[in-house]
Amino acid sequence: MTIKELELKANSIRKAIVNMIYNAKGGHLGTSLSEVDILTYLFFSCMNIDPESPKKEERDRFILSKGHGSEGLYCTLQARGYFPEEWIDHYMDHSNPLTIHPTNKVPGIEVCTGALGHGLSIAAGIALSAKLNEKNYKCFALTGDGELQEGSNWEAAMFASQKKLDNFVWIIDYNKLQLFKSVEDTVSLEPIRGKLESFGFDVHEVDGNDMTGIHNTFSSIDFTCGKPHAVIAHTTKGKGISYAENVAAWHHKIPNTQEWEQAIKELNNARV
Amino acid sequence: MYSGLKSMREAFGDALADLGKINDKVVVLTADLTDAIKVTKFSESYPDRFFQMGIKESDMMGTAAGMAVDGLIPFATTFAAFATSLANQPIRVSVGYNRANVKIATSHGGVCVGADGATHQSFEDIALMRLIPKMTVLVPCDANEAYKATFAAAEFDGPVYLRFGRVATPVVTSFDDPFTIGKAKVLREGSDVAIVSTGSMTPTALSAAQTLGKEGLSVKVIHMPTVKPLDEKALIDAAKECKCIVSAEEHSIIGGLGSAVAEVISSEYPVVLERVGVLDTFGESGEPDEILKKYHLCETDIIEKVRSVLNKK
Repeated sequence: MTIKELELKANSIRKAIVNMIYNAKGGHLGTSLSEVDILTYLFFSCMNIDPESPKKEERDRFILSKGHGSEGLYCTLQARGYFPEEWIDHYMDHSNPLTIHPTNKVPGIEVCTGALGHGLSIAAGIALSAKLNEKNYKCFALTGDGELQEGSNWEAAMFASQKKLDNFVWIIDYNKLQLFKSVEDTVSLEPIRGKLESFGFDVHEVDGNDMTGIHNTFSSIDFTCGKPHAVIAHTTKGKGISYAENVAAWHHKIPNTQEWEQAIKELNNARV
Repeated sequence: MYSGLKSMREAFGDALADLGKINDKVVVLTADLTDAIKVTKFSESYPDRFFQMGIKESDMMGTAAGMAVDGLIPFATTFAAFATSLANQPIRVSVGYNRANVKIATSHGGVCVGADGATHQSFEDIALMRLIPKMTVLVPCDANEAYKATFAAAEFDGPVYLRFGRVATPVVTSFDDPFTIGKAKVLREGSDVAIVSTGSMTPTALSAAQTLGKEGLSVKVIHMPTVKPLDEKALIDAAKECKCIVSAEEHSIIGGLGSAVAEVISSEYPVVLERVGVLDTFGESGEPDEILKKYHLCETDIIEKVRSVLNKK
């Protein structure tokens, strides 16, 4: 896919997310919208995957450690063909495999997540397993930013570095907001780049809502450098909807009809 | 294979090394321990499949879950207290909820940990692991059973908690006896009272039964190497036959084997039950004999409870 095509795809996934959350009257809008461009790039351009064969052994693995960003992942997976659109239409119905926090019952989802601070350890285990079995697949893990206040992440970071897991990519959706207010005013991560470098990571920074930047960053990763990789993706929470951008309340506020109409209108008019 | 006195953790170490030979999917992780959990032999024989995780039990459980979902059979090893309380959340979510094929193998279950004291003793681990949905909980009673339980855990597809003791304890089972997950072992037949025990309290239960036998009492001893899923049939049969039960475990009386027994018989065949175990307290340092005496985990304590249930029967 070209950059333009990826941008169009991300825009259509954004609309699917808004519709999904509006219809279900539940979900996490802000965080799903901040991660969309990264997920679109990973699933449509970067990772070696096959939706027809979601458990193919050589596939690259993706772990959504920030499990509450599930709507972004579900809409990306559905757009990529992992499961039918009806699942999205019936989000949060009792019998639907799509639940607020993702489970491994959904094709394309490796492990259940939702309790924060556990995905990196699992991802490092998978990357280590690939090394042990002399396989070439890579493991990508997406964490939030507030999530990194959990100490377990830093345990996993030490270990990934110790084991030189250069098939492991930790992406931080750094949208700067957590549940009630900014990360900075809660418990700051800064200096995040310095932290990651001091933990032994090959660190990259990118505007995580800019497809060209995302492409250039991921393309430049040297998977033979002997270090695990970290991508600090500076994103905007609620990206694409003017009233939701950078507003903490939209972490899991549900749009009313007027807000929904405005969101779809803005996304339709977005210059992509 | 083993006889006399032998610690279960040593048998676990032997079993792991033997497993390593026949199954290259078996990997071992540990959190800054090696000899204390007896994984040294495995680590020396299979260094590529041994992972020293450092002092970070939570990360060890998550990493093991990742390795398991990728097809390996990880044994995540540390002391019972650290595995089950410090790392409870990743065990619950990353291992349990994912039904990851991780074997959580621990030493220092119970009161007999020597000088280390309360922080290193574990009276709560069986309860905490029973609470994790679909977690299999294995508590062998001696070295022979610890060896076989390790093999059974590796063959079983799903999360397993294995609890071993630190100190040498009497070997009371035969190595040739089959070990089946979910099956109780009747070690002594009897009809006046049934002692249902697990782990290191099973040899003590056998001694108590022998002493009481000399007084003319007919005492049944049922050992439960699988605390979850509990062999309910064996338990209900014993309740019907003996009409009273004493449970015995080197664990809190809250949430462990005694509670599991009560949960079953209270609805299926209510009989009088007395529980031998640690009361609602933290532990302390001491030699095994001193500690077992102080916490009422001796033969005499079982005998006292037997007399009590017989009076209430």
